[in-house]
Amino acid sequence: MRLKSLKKKLTGDNTFRVLTAIVAASAIVILVVAAYVLSTGAVPVVQRFGLYFFTGTSWNPVEGRELYGALPYVLGTLATSGIALLIGVPLSLGIAIFLVEMAPQKVRVPISYLVELLAAVPSVIYGLWGLLVFRLWLQKYIEIPVYNYLGWIPIFATEGGGTPVGLDLLNGGIILAIMIIPTVASVSKEVISAVPDSIREGAYSIGATKWEVVRYWVLSYGRSGIFGAVILGLGRAVGETIAVTMVIGNAIGPNAMPTSLFQPAQTMASLIANGFLEAPTPLDTSAYIGVGLTLLLVSLLINIIAHIMVARILKIKGGAVE
Amino acid sequence: MTRKNANIGKDNAEPSSSGVKMQTIDLNAWFGAKQALKDINVSFKTNAVTAIIGPSGCGKSTLIRCLNRMHELVPGSRFSGQVLLDGEDTYAPGVDPVMIRRRVGMVFQKPNPFPTMSIYDNVAAGLKLTGSKKGRDLDKVVRWSLEQATLWDEVKDDLKKAGTSISGGQQQRLCIARAIALQPEVILMDEPCSALDPIATAKIEELIVKLKEEYTVVIVTHNMQQAARVSDFTAFLYLGQLVEYGDTESIFENPRNELTEKYITGKFG
Amino acid sequence: MCLLCVIIAVIPLLSILYEVVSRGAPFLSFQFLTNDALHGGIGPSIQGTLILIGLTSLIGVPVGILSGVYLAEFGDNKYASFVRAINDVLTEFPSIVVGITTYSVVVIGIIGSFSPIAGAIALSIMLIPIVARTTDESLKLVPNSVREASLALGIHKWKTTLRIVVPAAKSGIVTGTLLAIARIAGETAPILLTILGSNYFFQGFRSPMDALPLRVFRDARWDDPRVQAEAWGVALILILIVLSLNIAVRLAARGRHKR
Repeated sequence: MRLKSLKKKLTGDNTFRVLTAIVAASAIVILVVAAYVLSTGAVPVVQRFGLYFFTGTSWNPVEGRELYGALPYVLGTLATSGIALLIGVPLSLGIAIFLVEMAPQKVRVPISYLVELLAAVPSVIYGLWGLLVFRLWLQKYIEIPVYNYLGWIPIFATEGGGTPVGLDLLNGGIILAIMIIPTVASVSKEVISAVPDSIREGAYSIGATKWEVVRYWVLSYGRSGIFGAVILGLGRAVGETIAVTMVIGNAIGPNAMPTSLFQPAQTMASLIANGFLEAPTPLDTSAYIGVGLTLLLVSLLINIIAHIMVARILKIKGGAVE
Repeated sequence: MTRKNANIGKDNAEPSSSGVKMQTIDLNAWFGAKQALKDINVSFKTNAVTAIIGPSGCGKSTLIRCLNRMHELVPGSRFSGQVLLDGEDTYAPGVDPVMIRRRVGMVFQKPNPFPTMSIYDNVAAGLKLTGSKKGRDLDKVVRWSLEQATLWDEVKDDLKKAGTSISGGQQQRLCIARAIALQPEVILMDEPCSALDPIATAKIEELIVKLKEEYTVVIVTHNMQQAARVSDFTAFLYLGQLVEYGDTESIFENPRNELTEKYITGKFG
Repeated sequence: MCLLCVIIAVIPLLSILYEVVSRGAPFLSFQFLTNDALHGGIGPSIQGTLILIGLTSLIGVPVGILSGVYLAEFGDNKYASFVRAINDVLTEFPSIVVGITTYSVVVIGIIGSFSPIAGAIALSIMLIPIVARTTDESLKLVPNSVREASLALGIHKWKTTLRIVVPAAKSGIVTGTLLAIARIAGETAPILLTILGSNYFFQGFRSPMDALPLRVFRDARWDDPRVQAEAWGVALILILIVLSLNIAVRLAARGRHKR
């Protein structure tokens, strides 16, 4: 009798289930390995500099005078992402509203497709364009005029007082804005579509205009989902590496503090992309890994929050019965 | 075409022979904490059509899914009791449910031919994927199954067409052919006509009466007239319990239980 | 006004496409496509990208699809929910962090040098969660009645899954996989730290290798304007590969739908 039940355990079905379960575990393995590699790699630098690593601004690999502070890059990441959101979110919302509420059926699909195509362009090509094309336009039509009139305001100042070059925080932020549009727009589109028609009908019936309906009813009903979309976009902006690296100007040390839009800056990701392979000492490598770990933690935190918020609004849609 | 497994009572000419093909003993079934079937004791006679009737939610579908061990595929489901096939408990430890399902076939409420396969491949799928038949034998079995399901003449020139490209009624007969191809001993039908139009329904009812010559048929139906038309025996289920069982004529003309009478005369359900 | 948003968003796309085509097209020539870097060509870059696509598919696609199969077909338990959550986390991993991890584990730890395999592993890490998710979603779209029909015939679950359910979800799985491959073909950060880049054609599994995105990255930041100009030619090839994969996949998907 026991032999029979043992045989049952070795059936093709059980083997198949166990096998695929093991393969599925690869995701867990990858995450654990990454966490381990980053944590152990960052230990030397964090042990040595402690809190300074997160609050200091110097970055000095010279032996004997090593000092590593990652604050400029954390702030740089937040600053570029902030600009990306400021510019990208309104655009994305506009697109989402257009596609859901206004576009005639025939136009909806091609325009959705164009927006999706934005996501298909490789990051390095955004960087190439930002570096060789957009920069010139940005410099000529925005940065120099603004600098000429408003350069006395710190946020428009340049280091050493020269004319802005165009490889700076602003360029990084704008490129990021363009890159997060597909993400934010598509999630917002889903959220807005999920708003029940009864809400719109109710608003129309009391005489609201289309624009008012959207602004006061639709957007407020979907606000937590849209907020989730924004956070998702933020997550994407934080993790973006190559395009930003190519346009942000590669500043290091205290100069990298993001005090002005027209000054070169550095994000956590771009720092690593620029300098990791050239790290002269193990401590230097450890510093880069420490920045990588910080980047990962920030990115994970943002994405977890985003997922919880988006899941909540989409669940509400699923459960809502008018 | 000779049948693989000898049926009890097969030699009798009478369709409603005294042999019992399947039987449930103290069958109880749950979905999580909710009990769907309570102490069901019913038998299904060989080469006869037994109908299971009752209002929605009475447990009819759950009951026949216990007969081919499909009930246990639902996560959180539980079961106790016995289901005998030719006198042997299909739920005994060590019994492979897959083998049971090859002997007890099923046709579902909504026709579900395999979407990526042709008509031919649909009928052959059971055989091919259970390793039973290969090559030229397959052609013969496919033809025989489609003939038995009275579908052959309608599709014989279109065997390569997609299984989903034919009408609903034809799809259902295709599913019957697919089940028959494995030469099961019992055919379970879970409201097989409820998604079909009256003409398709009539064709399938004709087929069911024909099928009982070779197979034992259990049909769940919410259509009492259908039960009266096609079945030899009827079981009436209400709220998970067997209220009454008997030959169809008696149940419909002379029910012993008041509840049965109420249901049959349309006072509820 | 919302239409304005659309227009503003589409302008960069159009500008990029225009610049890449107009500045890159003059570079297109047989020599450009087949010579190595010392002779003014990008042959090694094209070869490298193709090798990476091949290796990554070999490693990442089976793992991703089988993971997706597990999640969809056996996924009613806590372990599967956990794996799904981890997959979602992995899709958001910053690409440079994937690079660091693979560098430490594979380049330094396992192989001891920059290597195409390290690059493929890094790209697989980015590919697997995406393919697992699209496979999971495609399989979930197959109605349960199909599984029931197969199981009721007495076909084992594993055969049901592999021979009936997966083929039914085939177009969704293939689409998702191809789109994911198109995406990782354009990734730079993971391969920056793992294959390093090279002027020469493939030199074995223990040597650095080049790839199109890397070449664009390097050329664009070179101090010589002639080299910078060449970056557009490389970009054109890259974008042709990525975009045509994308468009072909979507056209195929739509064609199936219409039928």
